Amino acid sequence: MQYAHDPALLLARFQFAFTVGVHIIFPAFSIGLAAYLAVLEGLWLRTGRPVFLDLYRYWIKVFSIVFGMGVVSGLVMSYEFGTNWSVFSKKAGPITGVLLSYEVMTAFFLEAGFLGVMLFGMNKVGRKLHFAATCCVSVGTLISMTWILSSNSWMQTPRGYTIDPATGRFMPADWLAIIFNPSFPFRLVHMGLAAFLSVAFIVGATGAWHMLKARKAGKISSEPVRVMFSMAMWMAAIVAPLQILAGDAHGLNTLKYQPAKIAAMEGDWVSEDHAPELLFGIPNMKTEHTDYAIRLPLAGSLILTHSLNGKVPGMKDFPRDQRPPSPVIFFSFRIMVALGMLMMLVGLWSLWLRRNSTLFTNPLFHRVALCMAPAGFLALLCGWITTEVGRQPWTVYGLLRTSDSVSPVALSSMAFSMTAFVVVYVLVFGSGMGILVRMLGRTPQEGEHDTPPSHASGILATSMHPGVIDPSTGKGA
Amino acid sequence: MMDFAYWLPIIWAVILVAAISIYVVLDGFDLGIGMLFALERHPDRRDVMVNTIAPVWDGNETWMVLGGAVLYGVFPGAYATLLPAFYLPIVLMLLALIFRGVAFEFRIMTRDTGREGMWNAGFMAGSAIAAFCQGAILGGVVQGIRVVDGAFAGGPLDWLTPFSILCGLSVMCGYALLGATWLIWRTTGVLEESCRRWAARLAVGLFIGIVAVSLWTPLLHAPYLRRWTDWPNIAFVAPVPVLVVVLGGLFIMGLRRGHSKGPFLCALGWFFLCLSGLGITVWPYAVPPGLTLWDVSSPPSSQFFQLIGTAILLPIILTYTIYSYHVFRGKVTETDGYH
Repeated sequence: MQYAHDPALLLARFQFAFTVGVHIIFPAFSIGLAAYLAVLEGLWLRTGRPVFLDLYRYWIKVFSIVFGMGVVSGLVMSYEFGTNWSVFSKKAGPITGVLLSYEVMTAFFLEAGFLGVMLFGMNKVGRKLHFAATCCVSVGTLISMTWILSSNSWMQTPRGYTIDPATGRFMPADWLAIIFNPSFPFRLVHMGLAAFLSVAFIVGATGAWHMLKARKAGKISSEPVRVMFSMAMWMAAIVAPLQILAGDAHGLNTLKYQPAKIAAMEGDWVSEDHAPELLFGIPNMKTEHTDYAIRLPLAGSLILTHSLNGKVPGMKDFPRDQRPPSPVIFFSFRIMVALGMLMMLVGLWSLWLRRNSTLFTNPLFHRVALCMAPAGFLALLCGWITTEVGRQPWTVYGLLRTSDSVSPVALSSMAFSMTAFVVVYVLVFGSGMGILVRMLGRTPQEGEHDTPPSHASGILATSMHPGVIDPSTGKGA
Repeated sequence: MMDFAYWLPIIWAVILVAAISIYVVLDGFDLGIGMLFALERHPDRRDVMVNTIAPVWDGNETWMVLGGAVLYGVFPGAYATLLPAFYLPIVLMLLALIFRGVAFEFRIMTRDTGREGMWNAGFMAGSAIAAFCQGAILGGVVQGIRVVDGAFAGGPLDWLTPFSILCGLSVMCGYALLGATWLIWRTTGVLEESCRRWAARLAVGLFIGIVAVSLWTPLLHAPYLRRWTDWPNIAFVAPVPVLVVVLGGLFIMGLRRGHSKGPFLCALGWFFLCLSGLGITVWPYAVPPGLTLWDVSSPPSSQFFQLIGTAILLPIILTYTIYSYHVFRGKVTETDGYH
């Protein structure tokens, strides 16, 4: 790793990782929450049960905050490719830039165009059109995820290109091969499920908190609280096991196309069949050894190849300057897997409680569900670190090195902007988190729907914004 | 194929300029409203100002994301030289837009905690800094950057010159004018009256800015001067300054006679003329003074694939954008329920 000591490169990497790491939370939140809102509004239109409208109103306030933070942190990303990775963008722009443009045109405009109607338009366009707007926003978030993961997957498993010998640029040769590159379907499913699971655990924890609060006050929790908790636990029970299957399939795909990443994730140095799985250890890149290893015999081969004598790669199969930093992804991968297992256990536990009709009355389970609030997002971040750090030392896997991708930006500028990003992000997104926690601390009211839907957005705005006058009653809230 | 390689970048330059123009116009009045917070202190009227743009602002900002993405996909050579060259003003602008963007929700959500003032200040300062940076970047592009072997080779503060500062201040003034005239159209009463007063002064400021930039620009590079003064070019470009003056006359008339849409449309016209003037000046360079559109464009296969999608999607986007504006049409008053 001859480049590891270039401070400008390290700062460029750290800055990009920091800004995208903060950003990734919000679109994942939006993907899950928009789908949840579409389901809630659909159920309300179909069944007419006011509880679904209550929940819609409760969660759309959260959505408006989360979406706004996603927009502003995402704008940074669309320019940061050029500010930090100008050589990469010049060489790979003919492919990744085009995919990003498609994302903007098919997804961002759709989301932004209908978000206004979704947030403020209920009394202007009527129920059905409003539902259509909610669906457009939700579909927009999914389309957006599809394009950006296609682009990201292309960097991991590039296909469908030629390299122009004169300029070193990637030239598109087959767009279908570029878009549907080998790791894309696996990454798409894995990330999509992660977004749904992350939001399910936030919704579940919110429900759990309000049930615990009601219990402390000696009251029965309200219907919206119980419905949101139940829905979230259904999601956990169904999606968490599916996610483990999807993760397994993604792992097999990575073994096939990026074996060095797998070796680093596993902390394996020597390629072997009948390989053990390391439950713990500290990989040392210098001594080429994993210290303090706790091994589970044969499990490595079984997990990675689904057979006891399958051959598992080791980092020594690859030249030193082509190995990803194992100490980082060895742990990020294990934290992700552990959180995934925990989420599945919570889901299964909820099924058991549901069968005994104690889902709403077991305080221990509610406490666990509350503690699990960040589990989905933590797992998602750890998974992202695993796949992105595992791609190192390349930006385009095997073809373009990270050290050859960086912009000619002065170290002083990089240091200034790094400081500014950290200060602003901590201030803005820290405040945003504070506002979100405060919003979620407010119990959803059964009375949130007490006027006809034609006045809905008036109520929405007044309950959101105490200073605004409610036109239907003429009173301030 | 040769023809293809010649025409595709020209088509894309037109699309890119159109996207930038749409951005400047749409987010221009959003940022202008943010800056006018400095003049309007009354909390209810501030809410009305924000209410007029709350449903549409992030759609407006998306045009800027499109601009970045098109530059990245179609003109990667420009994306890769301009962004490092304008690293600091771009980072500053993005951070300012973060404050501006989250303030829409945060200022209201923090109303009962006493921190609203901070987010109002963020909304105002964020809008002002973003506007200044955009103008300074535009000025910086026109004055040119140092490129060696297709990569930026200058210093981090090369962009900061009296010319780029003048451009930054002019854009601030222009956006504030767009904001004020937008509010004349969309609001009533005291706020509308104040905006008419502000608009008159801002128009004078912008006019001075336009004249100063127009006189200064041809002196930056010899080709710029030739473009505007050589025969027969002069016959084609002469209408631009004439139209600026004509629009100024219409603007004063609209303001005096109490037209609601007229002043806004005149301000839009000014922006359109300024951007066309800049386009005429720098053509055919994407990164003045050295790199042309063709030097920086991606292979024709990339441009063509993206063009197909754009030809289908852009009309659809424009349709539902117009629909969204249509839903929230009409005057906004202090008793309106949405924020």
